[in-house]
Amino acid sequence: MFYIHCPYCQEYREEEEFHPRGEAHLMRPKDPDNTTDEEWGDYLFFRKNPRGVHHEMWVHSVGCRKFFNITRNTVTYEILETYRMGEQPSITAETEKVRKEQGVQTADGGWQTIGAQPESKALNEETSS
Amino acid sequence: MSNVSAKQFDTVPAGNPAVESPLCWSYQQQKTANSANAGVVLREKALLGHVVLRGGAIVLDEAVRQVLGISLPAKPNTVERDEAGERSIQWISPDEWLVIVPGGEECALERSLRETLGDAHVSIVNVSGGQTVLTLAGDNAREVLMKTVSFDVHPHAFPVGKGVTTIFAKATVVLRRTSETEWELVVRRSFADYCYRWLLDASAEYGIDTQ
Repeated sequence: MFYIHCPYCQEYREEEEFHPRGEAHLMRPKDPDNTTDEEWGDYLFFRKNPRGVHHEMWVHSVGCRKFFNITRNTVTYEILETYRMGEQPSITAETEKVRKEQGVQTADGGWQTIGAQPESKALNEETSS
Repeated sequence: MSNVSAKQFDTVPAGNPAVESPLCWSYQQQKTANSANAGVVLREKALLGHVVLRGGAIVLDEAVRQVLGISLPAKPNTVERDEAGERSIQWISPDEWLVIVPGGEECALERSLRETLGDAHVSIVNVSGGQTVLTLAGDNAREVLMKTVSFDVHPHAFPVGKGVTTIFAKATVVLRRTSETEWELVVRRSFADYCYRWLLDASAEYGIDTQ
C-alpha cells in the first residue's frame, strides 16, 4: 500500500485514490511531418522498464483529479518524490546519493529487469557497497 | 461566452411542481429507525443549490467576494462559510470549487456570477440535481466514518473547516467537517441510496436516528 503525497492537495492520501498512468516525460516529436516511422514507434509504443529509479505519471482520480509525477524505485517500491506536471525531477537514476543509499542500478543503457546484465564491473561494485 | 447570460436556462420550472430528494425511494424502502440512545444522527439537507466553479483563482475570488461575500478558500482542502453557515465554498482542486447555497438561489447566483465575470475564461455549472448532502452527527459519527472512509478522520488530521474528496465505501464522497460533532457528506445522486443504506448498516451497532 502506497501512501502518496499529492502535490496539488499538498497532503498524503491512500493509494486507493490514485491511478498510475505510465511513464512520465514523454515528448511528442516536435516536427511530425519529418519524423521517421521508428521515432514515431518509439514515441507511441516503447516504454522504459528500468530496474531502479523510474519516473511515472499518476492521477489523483478520487480527489483533485490532477495528473502529477512520481519518482519511484521499482525495486524497493519506495517513492522518492512527487512533483507537479511540467516540473523536472530533482532525483534521477544518476543522482549519486540515491545510487549509493539505495543500491540503484542505472536505468540507462537498456538494462532491464529480465535478463539483466551489468554494463560494467564498476557499476556492480558501487551498488554492492 | 459572456453573452450567454441572456439565455440561461432556469432549472427550476415555473409553477412549483413537486420535487423529491434523491433519497425519497430509500426512505420508502427503509423503515425509519429511531433508537432511544442513538449514537449516530443521520439527516439529509435535501434540494440545496450546488454550483461548480472552474477557472483562475484570482478572477473567481473577486467575483465570489462581490456576489456571495465569501472569499475562495485559499488553502487546499478547506471550506469557507458565511456567518450563518448556509452558504459555503469548498476547494476541490487547484482550479475547481464547489459552492453550496440554499435551494432556489443557484440560478440567481449563476446569473450574477456570469454578469460579474464578464469575458473571463471560467466555467460555471449548476450540479444541484446531481448530488445531495447528508449530515452525520452524534457520539459515534466518527467511528462510522472510520470504517467507511479511507481518509484519516481523527481531529488532528481533520480539523473543523476541512473538506476533502475521498473514498466512501465503494463510492466517492466530498466529506466536510462543519463543527466538532457534525460532518457533511456530499454524495452523488446515483450513489445516494447506496450511501444511505451503507450508513444505516454501519451505524446499526451504535443505534441510529434518521428523520
